[in-house]
Amino acid sequence: MASIRLAVPETARVDEIVEVKALIRHPMESGHRRGSRGEVIPRDIITRFECRYAGALVFAGDFHPGIAANPLITFHVRATRSGDLEFTWTDQHGESWSESATLTVT
Amino acid sequence: MNRIVGCVSLATIAACSAPPQERAHDRLSPDEIVSGSVFLTAETRALQADDFANPGFLWVDRGEALFSEAPQTGPACVSCHADGLAGVAATYPAYDSDTDTVLNIEGRINQCRAKHQGASSLDYESDELLSLTAYIANQSRGAPVSVDTSGSARAVYEEGARYFRTRRGQFNLSCQQCHTENWGKRLRGDTLSQGHGNGFPAYRLEWQSMGSLHRRLRDCDMGVRAEPLPYGDPLYIAVELYLAARADGLEVESPAVRR
Repeated sequence: MASIRLAVPETARVDEIVEVKALIRHPMESGHRRGSRGEVIPRDIITRFECRYAGALVFAGDFHPGIAANPLITFHVRATRSGDLEFTWTDQHGESWSESATLTVT
Repeated sequence: MNRIVGCVSLATIAACSAPPQERAHDRLSPDEIVSGSVFLTAETRALQADDFANPGFLWVDRGEALFSEAPQTGPACVSCHADGLAGVAATYPAYDSDTDTVLNIEGRINQCRAKHQGASSLDYESDELLSLTAYIANQSRGAPVSVDTSGSARAVYEEGARYFRTRRGQFNLSCQQCHTENWGKRLRGDTLSQGHGNGFPAYRLEWQSMGSLHRRLRDCDMGVRAEPLPYGDPLYIAVELYLAARADGLEVESPAVRR
């Protein structure tokens, strides 16, 4: 079970620029570290983050091993029409987690 | 009068040759007690202050869900503690007459699980226990740390104080030497804090995760190259009690963000 926290305003005026934040719980194990017995700790990272607003891709990012655990992403979106913001994280094994929030544009 | 002067000069001589006596500033004076957050960078302080971005809240959220989730064997925590546990964590560790021991929050949760929920103990640093302790400690955020060290808890407090003042490890350092006598000074790349536990369980950047105070104490022991005690060891609980008494009046900050 991944824990996800989203901060999306409930309402916005047309053409207003709103700040959106998304936090997911993930170890983001780089694959460069070693355990207490010298064994390599295998890499386990999220490789892709996407945000779709009313179906259209508005923000995306490729993650690499340098990203810290429990990554927090903050970005801005121009409010054009009411709709869902859907956030998706996909890890290196293809497993993905999603959460969405509704933005009402007045 | 002469006798008093005689004693004073004797004491002065003794201080030169014998090991130093327990110092006057054995405990921090109330007006100099400051939280570990004071020694952080502005960015880390800002992260702690932001209830959304503070990663510790991932555990608080999970703890809130677990609190109202009934285990198969008994009722959920919330069925007894419907009004929450505001301010409770600020009074822990506390003496428990049932077991005749001092319990920390972790121990209290496990005691509740055994007694009222028929459930098994949760391991230290397990996701469940960290989440529950984070959720409960967070309900005391802003409350002043205030533990009872009288009566049956007194001996445990003394034991914790002794551990704090005892030099240990290959570096032969006591907790006291860094955190009471030299706080605010630099130790390699870091500024020494006063060593308070008011932010724990806390999210440590070094761990990239939430961790209990016992994990922090183990790190400190390993830092002076001493053998760390096992998680939940009664001696660490005694240290926890001493630390809480030493931090009397400081606000609970859990989930704090620490280096």
